[in-house]
Amino acid sequence: MPRGKEEHRTWSYIIAGLLLLIVWHLASLILDSPALPAPLTVFYALIDRMRTDLYLHLLISALRVIYGIALAGSLAVPLGLLSYNNRFDRIIAPIVYLLYPIPHIVLLPLIILLFGISDLSKIILIAIIVFFQILVTTRDEARNLSSNYIFSILSLGATPIDIYRHVILPACLPAILTAMRISVGTAIAVLFFVESFATQRGLGYLIMYSWSMMDYPALYASIVAMALLGFSLYLILECVERKLCAWVYLQ
Amino acid sequence: MRILSGAANPADLSMIEARNLSMVYPDGTEALRDLNLVIQRGASCSIIGPSGCGKTTLLFILAGLLKPTKGQVLLGAREIVSPARGVALILQDYGLFPWKTVYENVALGLKLQGMRKRERRAIVMSLLKELGLKEFVNHYPKQLSGGMQQRVGFARALALKPAILLMDEPLSSLDALTRETLQNFLLSLWKNNGMTMVLVTHSIEEAVFLGREIIVLSHRPGHVVKIVENFNAGDENYRSKEAFFAKCREVRRSIEHGAT
Repeated sequence: MPRGKEEHRTWSYIIAGLLLLIVWHLASLILDSPALPAPLTVFYALIDRMRTDLYLHLLISALRVIYGIALAGSLAVPLGLLSYNNRFDRIIAPIVYLLYPIPHIVLLPLIILLFGISDLSKIILIAIIVFFQILVTTRDEARNLSSNYIFSILSLGATPIDIYRHVILPACLPAILTAMRISVGTAIAVLFFVESFATQRGLGYLIMYSWSMMDYPALYASIVAMALLGFSLYLILECVERKLCAWVYLQ
Repeated sequence: MRILSGAANPADLSMIEARNLSMVYPDGTEALRDLNLVIQRGASCSIIGPSGCGKTTLLFILAGLLKPTKGQVLLGAREIVSPARGVALILQDYGLFPWKTVYENVALGLKLQGMRKRERRAIVMSLLKELGLKEFVNHYPKQLSGGMQQRVGFARALALKPAILLMDEPLSSLDALTRETLQNFLLSLWKNNGMTMVLVTHSIEEAVFLGREIIVLSHRPGHVVKIVENFNAGDENYRSKEAFFAKCREVRRSIEHGAT
């Protein structure tokens, strides 16, 4: 990757960020309402709240999302890869395609009945929703693998495990990591939903609480914290993808 | 060029024999019908025929990658049911793994055989050096030209010290000059190592240049129309001799005859 291009990318992120802040600032000046504080006010609130309890809520939310995605990935990736096998796919594909279009968020009451209002039920709901996104992508990628690769490794004397390890997994890895990256957005949205009731921890709770207290700087501070959480998870996954799938990014 | 010093040649790799091979794909395509073939140890053999005549199918069956609908393939006295050690396959689009570096691609076969890292490294490095790929050890296939990629494909097959080398149009997507260079390379490989070479190609010139025996297949469903003997093959200068062109014409006539 040429260095100049990388720097260019960083600069465009900075410029886009500044532009957003300017628009936000202007909007707060025009509206002149306590419901839309200026970015600087929110920034101070963010620093201030970080010193007291915001970091704890952020940490808890981050863990819920990370566990949720990790749980989903650890189930969806093996199932998706195994779908390379025709017999396995014939069993699993119809089940997946029947369950995929259902809005899984409506399973919330069921999950709470089964797992209580613990962290586990929140993680499970995030995992269920993200699971299908990762599974469908991984499966499609595994199904579309060129048989040339398989013939190639078979002629080198590969066992079925070798095929998964040296061909199917590495071939699908870019798609898997992209699916996980995209699923961060979904996971955060679900996080807000599951944290907005029956809990007193997490950014979702803090947002709802600050809102009901009409503590707008705190409200915005929590929203910004949630956005930063999503953004950093997204960036981390992108870095992992660039590191593990260097061959995709070659010129 | 001598690459396969001390190649392990188990006795049962002495001869490949295809007996009454028939192949019908699940979609109903009949690729081969009652094909018989004997390839002696140390032979260089080109398989040619009209496009879609089941050449690749035949090669994959010989490699133990596809199971024929009827008939069998014998390697020495044993029937082939899965890819055998000592038999290497080289594919048209090189079959390299884009996610592995040149080194990892070439070392893979040895790794799968459970060879230790240090021994693996010695074999792979000397092979890459001989093939002029030393500076590209850590490159990915995508970063190499077609000719270089095919050299990596050869290196990967040769790392296993095969006694039999099966090739499916290995040079067909290369430019003319690179193709000639690699044809010469294959020729020297065959002359110096005593391995059996089976080359599927659609190029008459390539078939005549590299094959002492040229097996002409019919239109689909493929069977052997004729075996053209070509004892002059094995010389780099053959390409420019009158006998070469005469042989090319002979092979062309056989293909056309089989096609009608």
